[in-house]
Amino acid sequence: MAERAPLWAIFVLPALLLAVALVTAGFDAVLAAGARNGRLGSPREAAARATEPGREVLRQLVQQPRRTRASDVPLARVGAALLPVAAVLAAVVLPLGFRSVSDLPEGIVWFNAMEALAWAAVWLAGWGPNSTLSLIGGYRFLAQGLAYELPHMLAITTAALGAESLRVGDVVDAQAGVWFAVWMPAAFGIYLLSAMAMAFWGPFDQPAGHDVAGGAASELSGADRVLFLGGRWLLLVVAAAFSVPLFMGGGHGPLLPGWAWTVLKTAAVLAFLVWARRRVPTLRMDRYLELAWVVLTPLAIAQALVVAVVVLNR
Amino acid sequence: MDVATFCVLAVLAVVSGAMVFRFDSMARATFSLLTSLLCVGGLVVLLGLAYLGIVIVLMMTIEMAIMAVFMVMYMMNPAGLMPMTMTHNKKGAAVVCCLLFLLLAAGILLAPWPARRGKAPADPTMELGMSLMGPQMLTMMTLGMALFATIVATVVLATRRGRYDRLGDDLRARHADDPVRGGVGR
Repeated sequence: MAERAPLWAIFVLPALLLAVALVTAGFDAVLAAGARNGRLGSPREAAARATEPGREVLRQLVQQPRRTRASDVPLARVGAALLPVAAVLAAVVLPLGFRSVSDLPEGIVWFNAMEALAWAAVWLAGWGPNSTLSLIGGYRFLAQGLAYELPHMLAITTAALGAESLRVGDVVDAQAGVWFAVWMPAAFGIYLLSAMAMAFWGPFDQPAGHDVAGGAASELSGADRVLFLGGRWLLLVVAAAFSVPLFMGGGHGPLLPGWAWTVLKTAAVLAFLVWARRRVPTLRMDRYLELAWVVLTPLAIAQALVVAVVVLNR
Repeated sequence: MDVATFCVLAVLAVVSGAMVFRFDSMARATFSLLTSLLCVGGLVVLLGLAYLGIVIVLMMTIEMAIMAVFMVMYMMNPAGLMPMTMTHNKKGAAVVCCLLFLLLAAGILLAPWPARRGKAPADPTMELGMSLMGPQMLTMMTLGMALFATIVATVVLATRRGRYDRLGDDLRARHADDPVRGGVGR
C-alpha cells in the first residue's frame, strides 16, 4: 500500500510536472530541429534549442493578446485554464515510488474522471473564440474522445481487475513480481495509444492539426495560449506517467530506490511517445474510429476476460 | 470543514443550476449545468460515497460535452448572439419551482430524522448497491442486455443502407461499398 506523502507535496507536484513537461518539450524541440536540418547538431546547438519552449512561453506572456469578434471570453478562458488544472488533479493519485499526494481508494476512477474534464476544456477553448478553425478543432476532439475513451476505460479497468482494487497503490503492489505489461500486453498497448489521444498528441493531433491552423488553439494568444498548450504537455506527461504504476511496476525494481525507478520508467515512456510522433503520420479520426470499435474494443474486452479468468483461478 | 464544503458546493450547485435558465447561449447553459452536476458529484463524495461521486463527475463531464454538441446543432441561436429566451411561461414556472423548493426544504427541516443506529459500513457504496438491487441483480443484467439489444436493433432498422447495398445482391462483393472508408483495410 502506498504511503501518504507529506503535505508540502501538494505544492511540489505541479512544479515537478511543469519541470518534466518543460524537459519533454525541450527534447521535442531538439528532435524537431534535428529533423529540419537533417542532423542533430553540436551539443551547444542542441542545448540552445532545448530552451526554445521556455523562451516561447516568455514571448507569449509579454505579447499583445489578440481578441476575436463576438468571442465568448469567459468560456474560452475556462477552457484554456481547465486543461492544466485537470492534468494536475489527475496527477494527485500518481505515486512517485510508493508515495502519492493522495492514494484515494478509487484512484483509477478519479484519474479517468479528471482526464474527462479535458474533453470539456478543449471543446470550450475551441468554441469560445467564435472562429471556424478553432471550432473544428474542438469538435474533432469530441469525435476522437468517443473513439478512444471506451478502449481506454477497458484498458485501465483491466489493470484494476488484475490487482482486484481501484487503489493505485494496490495496483503497484500487485506488480511486485511480474509487471502487468507482461501479461496484459494488449491493455498496455491500448493504454499507450489512448494516452496519446488524450493529450491530442502524435497520430491523434488532429484537434490541433496544421490543416486547421492549429485547431482548438488557433485563436488563443498570450497567457491563454500558454495555459492551453502547456496544459496539453502536462496531460501528456501525466498520461505517460500513469502507465508506470498501471502497467510497468511503479517503483518496483532492483538496486535503485522507488522514486528513481518511477522517474526512469516515466522518462522512457515519454521519450517513446515523443519519438513515435515523429515516426507516425496524423491519423484521420474516422479511420481510427472504426479501428477503435471493430478491433481495439473487442481486443480490450478479450484481454479483460483473460485477466478475470486468471484472477478467479488465483 | 465538512459544513463549509457542503455550503460552498450547495450554493454553487443551485446558482449554476439557476443560471442555466438565465443564459441565452447554448454553450454557456450546457456548461453551467455541468458545473451544477459536478457540485452534486462533490456533495455525493461528501456523503461518504466517494465512488459514486467520482463516477458522477466522470459520466456527467463526458455526457455534457457530447450534449453541448447536440444542443448547438439543434438550437436556432447557439451562441447567444441574438436575443432569445430559454424559458416559456416564465412566471408560472418560477412560482411552481419556488413552491416546490419551499415544500422540499420544509420537509427536510421539519421531518423527524432518525438517529444513526450501529456503525457506518466499511464500504458504503457496496452496501448501497446491495440494498438498491441486491436480489434484483439478475433482473438488472437481463434488462441491461435487453436495452442494449433494443438500441442495436433500432439502429439497424433505422439505417438506410443494408447489407445488400454494402456487399451487392448476392453478398459476394470483395469490398464493402461504404460511403466512408474505414480504418480496417476496407
